[in-house]
Amino acid sequence: MAARSEPAPIAVAVPSDVLRHQKLGIVLLAALLLVAPFVFYPVFVMKVLCFALFACAFNLLIGYVGLLSFGHAAFFGTASYAAGHAAKVWGLPFELAVPFATLCSAGLGLVFGWLAIRRQGIYFAMITLALAQMLYFFYLQAPFTGGEDGIQAIPRGKLFGILDLSNDLVIYWVVAAIFMGGFLLIYRTIHSPFGQVLKAIRENEARAISLGYDTDRYKLVAFTLSAALSGLAGGTKAIVFQLASLTDVHWTMSGEVVLMALVGGLGTVFGPVLGAAVIVSLQNYLAGLGHWVTIVQGLIFVACVLAFRRGIVGELAHLLKKPL
Amino acid sequence: MVEILGVPAPALFGQLLLGLINGAFYAMLSLGLAVIFGLLNIINFTHGAQYMMGAFTAWMLLNWFGIGYWWSLLLAPLFVGLTGIAIERLLLKRLAGLDHLYGLLLTFGLALVIQGLYRNEFGSTGLPYAIPAELRGGQNLGFMFLPNYRAWVVVVSLAVCLATWLVIEKTRLGSYLRAATENPTLVQAMGIDVPKMVTLTYGFGVALAAFAGVLAAPIYQVSPLMGADLIIVVFAVVVIGGMGSILGSIVTGFGLGVIEGLTKVFWPQASATVIFVIMAIVLLLRPAGLFGRAS
Repeated sequence: MAARSEPAPIAVAVPSDVLRHQKLGIVLLAALLLVAPFVFYPVFVMKVLCFALFACAFNLLIGYVGLLSFGHAAFFGTASYAAGHAAKVWGLPFELAVPFATLCSAGLGLVFGWLAIRRQGIYFAMITLALAQMLYFFYLQAPFTGGEDGIQAIPRGKLFGILDLSNDLVIYWVVAAIFMGGFLLIYRTIHSPFGQVLKAIRENEARAISLGYDTDRYKLVAFTLSAALSGLAGGTKAIVFQLASLTDVHWTMSGEVVLMALVGGLGTVFGPVLGAAVIVSLQNYLAGLGHWVTIVQGLIFVACVLAFRRGIVGELAHLLKKPL
Repeated sequence: MVEILGVPAPALFGQLLLGLINGAFYAMLSLGLAVIFGLLNIINFTHGAQYMMGAFTAWMLLNWFGIGYWWSLLLAPLFVGLTGIAIERLLLKRLAGLDHLYGLLLTFGLALVIQGLYRNEFGSTGLPYAIPAELRGGQNLGFMFLPNYRAWVVVVSLAVCLATWLVIEKTRLGSYLRAATENPTLVQAMGIDVPKMVTLTYGFGVALAAFAGVLAAPIYQVSPLMGADLIIVVFAVVVIGGMGSILGSIVTGFGLGVIEGLTKVFWPQASATVIFVIMAIVLLLRPAGLFGRAS
C-alpha cells in the first residue's frame, strides 16, 4: 500500500529522552484516573475508559501497522455477548467472564486476520467490514444473543467473591485497572522490537519483506492482539453496563472507533484516549437530539479528513515536536 | 404442482427472479464503484447513500411535484449525479495524493451525514412507491408468475450495465478513461482534461447508483437506510470479483444475486451471510478476486 506520509509523527527509532514525554503523559493519565470518579459521574468515566481501550486497540493496527480495519465492532461485540452469556447464563464471576470474552475475540481475530491480511490497503478495509457484517447477521439470528433485545440485566457479581461490583466506585477501580493494563501493554508493544517491525511494515512492507521479515505473521499477531484487546474492552463494557446488544456488533460501532482514533490522532499513544473521551461526551450531550448524533459524527469525519488529519494529540505533538 | 429438489417450482423460480433483481442492483452498484475507484482511487462509501437518494428523489418528485416514474428515471440520476459532481469538486478533489484510506473515511462521513439528514426528515420507516401503471400486472409463464415490473428491472439494468461496458471498452471516450486509469499524468500530457474527466466519472458512477435507486423504489420500501446495509454486501461483491474488469463486476453481481436467491430457497437462515462466506472462500483460493489482477 502507499506510504502514509503525513499523520505519522512517531519516529521509528525512539531515543529514551524522547520517551520521557510519553512517560510523563502516562503518569498524568494515571493521576487523572485517580481523580476522575470524584469529579465526574463514575459510570460515564467507565464508558469513556472502555471505548478508550477499544480505540487504543484499533489504533495499534491503523497507527502502527497501517491496516485500517473497518470491522472492529466484530471483536467488541463478540466479547460483549460472550461476557454477557458467561456471566448471566453460566453464572461465571467477573474474573472468569471477561478473560473468556477476551479469548473469544482473540480467536475470532485470528480467523478474520488470517483471511483479511491476504489483501492490502483499501481491500483490507472492505474485507474486515464485510466479515464483521457477516457476524452481525449471524448474531441477529443466533439464539443466545437475544436478537433485537440483546442480553439484558447481566449480573455484575463479586470480584474474587469479595469485592461487590454493584457498587459503582468499586467497579470503577477494576475498570480503571483493566484500562491501564491494556494501555500499558499496547505502549510496551509499540516500543518493543516487535513494534519496530510493525512500523517498518507500515512504512514500506516490500522493504520489510526484503529484510527477511515474515510480514504476514507480524500482521496476524498484531491483528489478533488488537482483536483481543478490543474484546477486553467489549467484555468489560457488557458487565459494567449489564447489557450486550446488536449495537455492539453493528458497523456503526466500527465507524465510531475509527472516528475516536481519528479525532484523537492516528498513530499517537494518547490520541485514542482523548478521542474516545471527546466522542463519548458528544454522544451524551447530543443524546436527546435524534439523528443529529450521526450527522455531527459524519461532519467530524469530513472535517478531520479534510483539515485535521493529525488529530488533537497529533497536532499537539507536531507543535511540541515530540511524539505523544 | 411441479417440484424441483423438493421445492415447489413457482417458489424456486420466484426466488431465482428475486435473486436476479438483487444481482442487478449488486451489478450496477459494484460497476459504479469500480469505475470510480479506477479513476479516483477512492472507494466511494457514499454509494449506498446515493442509491437511497435516487429512490427518495423519485419519491419526492412524485409526492411533491406529481412527476411520475418515467421522468424520475431520468431526473433523479441527473440530480444525484450533480450533487456527486459538487462533492467531487468541493471535497474529494482535496484528497489527491493522499492515502486511499482517507477517501474511504471521508465518503463514510458523508454517508453518515446524508443518511442522518434523511432520517431526520423522513423518519426510519419505509415509504411506499407505486409501480407505474404501464408495468403493473404480470405474465403467467406456466411454471411461474412473472410480474412485469420485475422483468423490466432485470432487462433494463442488464441493458444499462452492458451499455456502460460498451462505452468503456469500445468507444474513444472509454479508451481515454481506461488510459487515464492506467496513467493520468501521461494522458493529461496528451492534452486531455483529466480533472474534468475525473469529475464527470464520479458524477456518472453516482448517477448509476441513483438510477438503481429509482428502479428499486417500487420493489423495496423507500427508506433512509435502504442503501446502508446494501453497500456492505456490494463491497463483498467487489472483493469477490476484483475491480480489474467491468464485465467481471457485472457477471459477479448477477451471479451472486442468483446464488443468494437459491440459498433463500434451500437454507433461508444462511441467505444473509452466503455472499460473505463466498468472499472468505474466494480470499482463500484466489486472493486477487475472480476477475482481479494480482497487484
